Amino acid sequence: MPKIRVRSLSKVFGNNPTPALKLRDKGLKRPEILEKTGMTLGLSKIEFDVNEGELLVIMGLSGSGKSTLIRCLNRLIEPTEGSVEINGQDIVKLDNKGLLRFRRETFGMVFQHFALFPHRTVLENTEYGLEIQGVDKGSRAKKGLEALQLVGLEEWADAYPDQLSGGMQQRVGLSRALAADPDILLMDEAFSALDPLIRRDMQQELLDLQTRMKKTVIFITHDLDEALNLGDRIILLKDGEIVQEGSPEEILTHPANRYVERFIEGVDMTRILTANAAMTPARAIGYLNDGPRTVLHRMRENGMDRMLITTRERKLCGLVEADVLNEAVKRGDRRIQDLLITDLHKVSEDEPLNNLFPLFDERSYPIAVVDEQDRLKGVVVRGSLLAELAQAATVESGQKDNKQAQPEGEHIV
Amino acid sequence: MSFLDNKIPLGHWVESGLDFLTEEYSSVTRTISDVTENAIFGLNDLLFDIRPELLIVVFALLAWKVGYWRKGLFAGNWRLGVFTAVGFALIYNLGLWDSMLESFTLVLFATVVAVALAVPLGILAALYEGMYRIIMPVLDFMQTMPAFVYLIPAIPFFGIGPVAAIFATVIFSMPPAIRFTTLGIRQVPTQLIEAADAFGSTKAQKLLKLQLPMAVPTMMAGINQTIMLALSMVVIAAMIGADGLGGDVWKAIQRLQPGKGFEAGLAVVILAMVLDRMTQKLGQAKRQSK
Repeated sequence: MPKIRVRSLSKVFGNNPTPALKLRDKGLKRPEILEKTGMTLGLSKIEFDVNEGELLVIMGLSGSGKSTLIRCLNRLIEPTEGSVEINGQDIVKLDNKGLLRFRRETFGMVFQHFALFPHRTVLENTEYGLEIQGVDKGSRAKKGLEALQLVGLEEWADAYPDQLSGGMQQRVGLSRALAADPDILLMDEAFSALDPLIRRDMQQELLDLQTRMKKTVIFITHDLDEALNLGDRIILLKDGEIVQEGSPEEILTHPANRYVERFIEGVDMTRILTANAAMTPARAIGYLNDGPRTVLHRMRENGMDRMLITTRERKLCGLVEADVLNEAVKRGDRRIQDLLITDLHKVSEDEPLNNLFPLFDERSYPIAVVDEQDRLKGVVVRGSLLAELAQAATVESGQKDNKQAQPEGEHIV
Repeated sequence: MSFLDNKIPLGHWVESGLDFLTEEYSSVTRTISDVTENAIFGLNDLLFDIRPELLIVVFALLAWKVGYWRKGLFAGNWRLGVFTAVGFALIYNLGLWDSMLESFTLVLFATVVAVALAVPLGILAALYEGMYRIIMPVLDFMQTMPAFVYLIPAIPFFGIGPVAAIFATVIFSMPPAIRFTTLGIRQVPTQLIEAADAFGSTKAQKLLKLQLPMAVPTMMAGINQTIMLALSMVVIAAMIGADGLGGDVWKAIQRLQPGKGFEAGLAVVILAMVLDRMTQKLGQAKRQSK
């Protein structure tokens, strides 16, 4: 069972939502509905699941409904229709008392502008959730300090929020959300108000916390880089509807439509795309126990002047050049073991592309992509790397249909 | 003859209403009056019994230290301390010491009552839109109606004396405390309210742990205004038998003694300045600790 299960969730802002929903069902979009009824369709038929321990990023530009969506999950905004099941319990149906209990025990929330209470010390802020649950002073101070330790701010317990920098304030915000040990963290543009360097640190810290504490996290952002960095899964929202849902890689490589394409404009593709995207399977390889003549023959057949050599289990051994083989055949050598060039660059499939550039040296040998057991998965040649980037660039400029020519094969492997 | 000339018996209605209230509830109001009067005279007698020199020193120390409690033993506003000492010594020297104490007591009681009524009303107006729509026009009425008018019904309710004066003073000086309380609560940023909600606060918890603490500096500004208005009523209140500096001013008016009038007026000014600076400091002290 998923931890969170959202079904046909809609929100209409305005006092009479029924006609707006009827128009929506007839297929009208947000602007027409606003014009006809004066009501804003904030969210329309949102459906998604979040699994335990997953970090789901909900991404969209301002006005896309992402803040409304996260507030519907704990009913800071009342949904107009639909259900939000948490551990199988529909919280839309809860009465006031049950809702308060859910907010206290199940949710921790972090806000864009921190929303720390200025009249309370850092520790008192952290304790807030426990305090309103009626936890006694001693144990809430203990738990509050533990939460502050998680974010490395225990020494600032007695300071007031306005004595802290923005990054530190948001750490307090995070520890306040964590203090009552909730299952679910709701993070509303939590790092958007921080400067880029601090932001990176905070993202890393959140990921570290996440691996340790295994919270279910819903993270709202308008920043694709942040979404790609954090998300196990990303949901893209536009005009209150889900445009695409998928892993970061899926969204980047297969944008569902123009909106998503426009969104991924400006993303530094070299950082996001990995060796896997630029990799081609090796067209032909030689085996270690083949003789030089066999390998040379296979090279001629494929029009190649170099060939990768592996074991029968596809374990990478090295590379031979055609002229070296020729010499060996003339000499009558029968083993290719001694002819191998072994100082090849090897990378794993998830190596970011920008790390591959420096590996191409003047010999222009291919870069071998291998798995954990050193088995050959494919190769990256300079041409295919550049081609992949060129294609990414065309996606960025919104001309994806005008597809780039296939990589200029260097006919080496 | 137009229908406009038929006078509406508005004044008559008000009088009948007041008569009714007086007849039905005079026993209640008289009891309140007696109790309050005893308290006022008791406090006055207590203050009279203390040696003026000692009281001046106490007032001066208080003025010096107010708002600086947590900032070390010798931290304080020495200017206000010195001003208070010199000012109060001058009042004593002018022979207005007892009058000043009576006025002080009157202001103290009126302020306590006004604040005790104003804070709950201010909270209601801040939290409930309906209450806000009712209370705000009433406040406009209370503030613009000439203060003398309140004196008239005060007498049948409470009899001639300080309690009637306090009644009129409370009505006249309460509005700013209500307004500032409402303002202070409404000023709490919505994102903080949202945060309190997100952690599952009840309405009462939100009020006590967030809205009221954050409204305190603004409320203190309102209470400061209330004290100033109460003090301005002191002279008027003397018309219905309240003692104090107002009485001295009245005597000077009736006997055409501009010198005496000035002396009593100056004493009111000194008392006003001391109370104003002290309560301002109190509000700022709260603000700095935030």
